[in-house]
Amino acid sequence: MIRDLLMPSLSPTMEEGKLTKWLVQEGDAISSGDIIAEIETDKAVMELEAPEDGFLSKILVPEGSEAVKVNGKIAEISSETTEHQKDSRTSSKAKEQVETNVDKFEIPSTKLDTITVRESIRDAIKEEMSRDDEVFLIGEEVGEYEGAYKISQGLLNTFGPRRVIDTPITEHGFTGLAIGAAFSGLRPIVEYMTFNFAMQAMDQIVNSAAKTLYMSGGQISCPIVFRGPNGAASRVAAQHSQDFSAFYSSIPGLKVIQPFTASDAKGLLKSAIRDNNPVIFLENEILYGKKFEREASEEVIPIGKAKIFLEGTDLTLISFGIGMTYAIEAAELLSKEGISTEIIDLRTIRPLDKNTIISSVKKTNRCITIEEGFPICSVGNNITALIMEEAFDYLDAPVINCTGKDVPMPYAENLEKLALVNTQEVVERAKEIIYR
Amino acid sequence: MVKKPLKTTGNREIINFFQEMLTIRRFEEKAGQLYGMGHIGGFCHLYIGQEAIVVGLESIAIEGDQRVTSYRDHGHMIACGMSPKRIMAELTGRGSGYSKGKGGSMHMFSREKNFFGGHGIVAAQVPIAAGLAFSNKYRENNNIAFGYFGDGAANQGQIYETFNMASLWVLPIVFVIENNQYAMGTSLERASSSPALYTRGQAFNIPGEAVDGMNVLAVKEAGERAEKHCRSGKGPYILEMNTYRYRGHSMSDPAKYRTRDEVNKIKAERDPIDNLRSYLISNNISTDSELKDIDKQIKDAISDAADFAISSDIPDDNELWTDIYS
Ligand SMILES: Cc1ncc(C[n+]2csc(CCOP(=O)(O)OP(=O)(O)O)c2C)c(N)n1
Ligand SMILES: [Mg+2]
Repeated sequence: MIRDLLMPSLSPTMEEGKLTKWLVQEGDAISSGDIIAEIETDKAVMELEAPEDGFLSKILVPEGSEAVKVNGKIAEISSETTEHQKDSRTSSKAKEQVETNVDKFEIPSTKLDTITVRESIRDAIKEEMSRDDEVFLIGEEVGEYEGAYKISQGLLNTFGPRRVIDTPITEHGFTGLAIGAAFSGLRPIVEYMTFNFAMQAMDQIVNSAAKTLYMSGGQISCPIVFRGPNGAASRVAAQHSQDFSAFYSSIPGLKVIQPFTASDAKGLLKSAIRDNNPVIFLENEILYGKKFEREASEEVIPIGKAKIFLEGTDLTLISFGIGMTYAIEAAELLSKEGISTEIIDLRTIRPLDKNTIISSVKKTNRCITIEEGFPICSVGNNITALIMEEAFDYLDAPVINCTGKDVPMPYAENLEKLALVNTQEVVERAKEIIYR
Repeated sequence: MVKKPLKTTGNREIINFFQEMLTIRRFEEKAGQLYGMGHIGGFCHLYIGQEAIVVGLESIAIEGDQRVTSYRDHGHMIACGMSPKRIMAELTGRGSGYSKGKGGSMHMFSREKNFFGGHGIVAAQVPIAAGLAFSNKYRENNNIAFGYFGDGAANQGQIYETFNMASLWVLPIVFVIENNQYAMGTSLERASSSPALYTRGQAFNIPGEAVDGMNVLAVKEAGERAEKHCRSGKGPYILEMNTYRYRGHSMSDPAKYRTRDEVNKIKAERDPIDNLRSYLISNNISTDSELKDIDKQIKDAISDAADFAISSDIPDDNELWTDIYS
């Protein structure tokens, strides 16, 4: 009997992967649990175990192949060996294919001068740690494991365990400890494996980090960055899928950043590390692997400045972080219908760049905000209130907030889709307020 | 090696232990395969290697006892009698799953079986376990609660707040530390100032003991001591179960922090199922062919569960809006 061996899905966000290496050859006997191949996912190199006993009768995807789709056939396993299979072992076909694939792969992404968000964040941390010995990185799995999402890859090697510190699973404790270190003048970067776990440390962030400068009459500042992935990843359900933008943005004393592009991530993180206040730096797991063109402005980007991502005249879309992907798609669809959209990427949520928002709305007279967070007391609600107060007379239609739904994030694929904000919804609401 | 059976453990029961542990293992192997095929999404943490703990402890639980654990929860659910079909259907996000597809692998519950989750936040289940025990004391019934957590979780502050309250208020709770040596990529030694986790209740006057958590009979024996202590009104008890997880932390963990040899050595020497199989055969309690038949029946049942999970309907879209308030 011949069974197909399929490219496995090895992470929540994996859609394709690289088949780096076959550890067995055609015709080899394999038994259930043997490591037969190495597969590079969006996060790591994983070992593929044989699902059953038998013989690897045919390799369909040679090693070195890039972008192999999850669930595509990669090999055949047969329950018994045959002469034919033994022959095919010597065939050079697989080899040839490796070479052609390697050729294809060799076009390095840097030639196009693109960079991923993951690399940009890593570069920012690395450069700031090189510049200033008082900057250090602390969190779960940031050192030896090189980061649960591989942000801190190589940093332990470069800076050693004095400055790249693995913690026990003790968010409340290590957050408070880092805040104490910041009070004494060090500049900690606190990584949360995801921001969902920072809820364990919310008291220290809000009551200790945010308020002490004020309570001490300006004596004790807290130069610290709290960073990590925020918001929904993929299918990780209610306790692991939450956007904290609005939560933290309501706290005086905190600054809140959520970058979208790689260069913004780098430039803003550098500013955050140099800032003398506690900064919440919200990243996104789905954006980590996304490539962006390097922007010239990458070096240090000031906190509190929004970016006009796209200029337009009929409608302003305001978003930040991964919400920008819906804004961009919606703008493309709307432009096909002759609607000219301006997109503002907030980048910083607190302090809010009011001027950029108000002058855009005065020009377009219409506005939709887009975010993945909950609808009640959202960032969009706050922007709506601002526009009401400062540009009411310029509005030709109500300001619309497109948000995640008012429910905990469900696990099931169909329900998760329904719970998230989506492009179609943005397009429909846009047409509603443009009266077309 | 497997300990001598206790007087309270009959031969039939030992065969049942074998059958239950193997059911969990086959279930987890299947879950791993379904994950690879994309039928299961998100995070999925397998229990392979740790089966003896829940099987041994569930054998001393009585009607009305409660249990609560972390995201590594499939084994606990199977051991307390929940249906593998409906667990698997939850894993595949179907309406027939225990949480109607809304919770997934990490968040499943059964009021009927007194299984209170399935929690995604490390250690958050431990104070909750004390609350379940509190309700037993409040109602003056004879029930106890089992609060399971990992070696990594053992460093969370809320556990020590809970130890203090549980001891202060003499709550009937067994704290079960599943020490599988690693918290994700961090070994016990790298995260814990004192690796003897069973002693962590000392400051609160909570007795504790270290147990071979890969030996179902040893687990049961220690469990009986803990149970007697709790049910007789003496307050909490700590069991540190020494065990090992064979697979990565979750499906996406490349597990580079330990060697293959380390894993293989444990599999060869301490496997809870293999050792019990040898014990059953060498003591003439069962035969190789009887145990093979059991395995075959289990494999068929797990296949059925997978078929059920894949062929069940996805949840109705309206389910998005239900169960937010009661
Ligand atoms: C509060 C919190 N911090 C971090 C995480 C991420 N995380 C999930 S499991 C885990 C390791 C836990 O290890 P352990 O308690 O030993 O349990 P095991 O996974 O070994 O069963 C971590 C760090 C989380 N889910 N919750
Ligand atoms: Mg552990």
